[in-house]
Amino acid sequence: MDALGHLWEGFAIALTWQNLGLAFVGCLLGTIIGALPGLGPSNGVAILIPLVFTLGLPATPALILLTSVYYGAMYGGRISSILLNIPGDEPALMTTLDGYPMARSGQAGEALAISGIASFVGAFFATWGLVFLAPQLVRVALLFGPAEYFALFTLAFATLGGVASRNQAKAALAAGLGLGIAMIGVDGQTGVPRFSFGIVHFYDGINFLVAIVGLFALSEVFIFLEHRGSGEGTDSRTRIGRTIPPATMLRQTSGSMARGTILGFVAGVLPGAGASLGSFIAYTFEKRLKDRGGTFGRGDPRGVAAPEAGNNAAAGGALVPMLALGVPGSGTTAVLLAMLLALNIQPGPLLFQSNPDVVWGLIAALFIGNIMLLILNIPMAGLFARVLMIPPRYLMPAVAMISFVGIYGVSGSTFDLLVMIAFGVLGWVLRKLDVPLVPVILGVLLGDQMEKNLRRAMTISDGDLAALFASPLSIGLWSAAVIGFILPLLIGRYLRPRVADSQKAEGSDPD
Amino acid sequence: MQNLSDRILGACAILIAALMLWQTSVIQESFIQDPLGPKAFPTVIAIVIGIAGVAILLRPDAEPSWPGFGRIVEIALAAAVMIAYAQLLPMAGFVLATSVAAAYLVWRLETPPLRAMVAGIVISLAIYAVFGRILGLSLAKGPWGF
Repeated sequence: MDALGHLWEGFAIALTWQNLGLAFVGCLLGTIIGALPGLGPSNGVAILIPLVFTLGLPATPALILLTSVYYGAMYGGRISSILLNIPGDEPALMTTLDGYPMARSGQAGEALAISGIASFVGAFFATWGLVFLAPQLVRVALLFGPAEYFALFTLAFATLGGVASRNQAKAALAAGLGLGIAMIGVDGQTGVPRFSFGIVHFYDGINFLVAIVGLFALSEVFIFLEHRGSGEGTDSRTRIGRTIPPATMLRQTSGSMARGTILGFVAGVLPGAGASLGSFIAYTFEKRLKDRGGTFGRGDPRGVAAPEAGNNAAAGGALVPMLALGVPGSGTTAVLLAMLLALNIQPGPLLFQSNPDVVWGLIAALFIGNIMLLILNIPMAGLFARVLMIPPRYLMPAVAMISFVGIYGVSGSTFDLLVMIAFGVLGWVLRKLDVPLVPVILGVLLGDQMEKNLRRAMTISDGDLAALFASPLSIGLWSAAVIGFILPLLIGRYLRPRVADSQKAEGSDPD
Repeated sequence: MQNLSDRILGACAILIAALMLWQTSVIQESFIQDPLGPKAFPTVIAIVIGIAGVAILLRPDAEPSWPGFGRIVEIALAAAVMIAYAQLLPMAGFVLATSVAAAYLVWRLETPPLRAMVAGIVISLAIYAVFGRILGLSLAKGPWGF
């Protein structure tokens, strides 16, 4: 197997002391970020990108550090779900349903352990899925021309708007805003300034890091200010108890983990779905299949195992389109894409050919990080739970200040800080109005590529628009985009977790 | 009128679309030219925003739970403090500016003033120690170098 050979080389890259150390730091940091309410994989990674960028690490170590944080945050989200009934991040929402009742009935330790193992199973097998699926996708992607890429980008926006949001018009608006922001600055092909309003600072365009940190991290601070620090840290009176799960419970939940992993991975690979949907589908499916005695929702360990396996598998699955096509499927992978772009790496099929060391080193690091996370999380769950005692009223100001440090470190310009604050306020308003932020980010990130491919296609065909629909591949992508946008309008009710519509989800961050 | 927020959002989107169309029309065409030119894609985006705006205007969602007036002022003040922070950073130096800004935010999140001040200084010094000293990031210097 070709992939296995590459993976072997990847391990050779990842297994240096420096990279192992970075993976460890990333896992630890990620778990803490995931556990803290209000900080999740997307805004946690968003804050860290500019910091890592200014550290001047080479691409592979920087990637290893940040993806470890990403995986770690996926693990950590469950801790506050189980102990406090507050999801640490949106994908962990479903874990509250059975995790918190388990904790209430004195099984907090078991719930943490089962969810930790489920997370491991989900992430581990999803990473294997990534190893085998990504190269296949790359083979298809190599056939893509500019027209197909343009259709693919449209598909990403359409499914993101269709599947992951409650109101298609708002998702379209969000995508438009993001793309519009990406247009600001000097046009790369003809050298004329666009939407710059005569302000010199705008000629360079808006730095996407500024937009991401503002939209994801600062808006969270404003949400906290709005609720005036309600949701105080706990004094952790919930007794954790034993953190080694009994063998019977493991046997009981193994099926749930397997089903959760498969469903989660598929949900992750599909563009626009992401980890929240992965955990939701895994939980609902498990409940339909196994809930005979009505134990789900009252502390059934299977109700903890399935969504946790689901959301971690989805996190791995979401990396497939992100690495192979350069099109992220969820908010967090959009942030990871930003990280790659900041490091001057354009993901996509060519990345696998020109920089196999980056790709396979990263994948190997995912395996290593995953095992580290399992080792960290089973015995140390109690320790991580202590992190929850930091009251948000100290935490959120610190988060705001670190965001400023990161952006100032990247550009050293006061103007960028002001733009970031503007994005923070915009993010708060959009969140209040239920306009999803992920399409905005995706628009900012992909706008340039999208336009470039469109214009390249038009240059090749000399302005004939029919070239966009010329190949069967592009026709397939276009029809998928249309179906992805319209179908959820008809069956959307069944796809969206009802809990996520409630108030509880408002403050939680987009996956 | 019900669902006012979303109607305003829709109207704003239509306004933004109009603004974009106008700004697109004033883009200077350069002598270097490709078949599509620099105007086409922004025009398409503006149309998408406009259509989305009309859709939101016609079919608004239920009204979101806006906070009271006091809370909105709170957020505006916090944004103002952040803007002032960004402006003063190069002049006052990182540690002083950050202490004040962090202390303000902690104070506004219901901490007694004295404890908030201490917390602000601790946050500022901790960030300075970790990012400035250990990781060697370039922080704003100010007149006294920190």
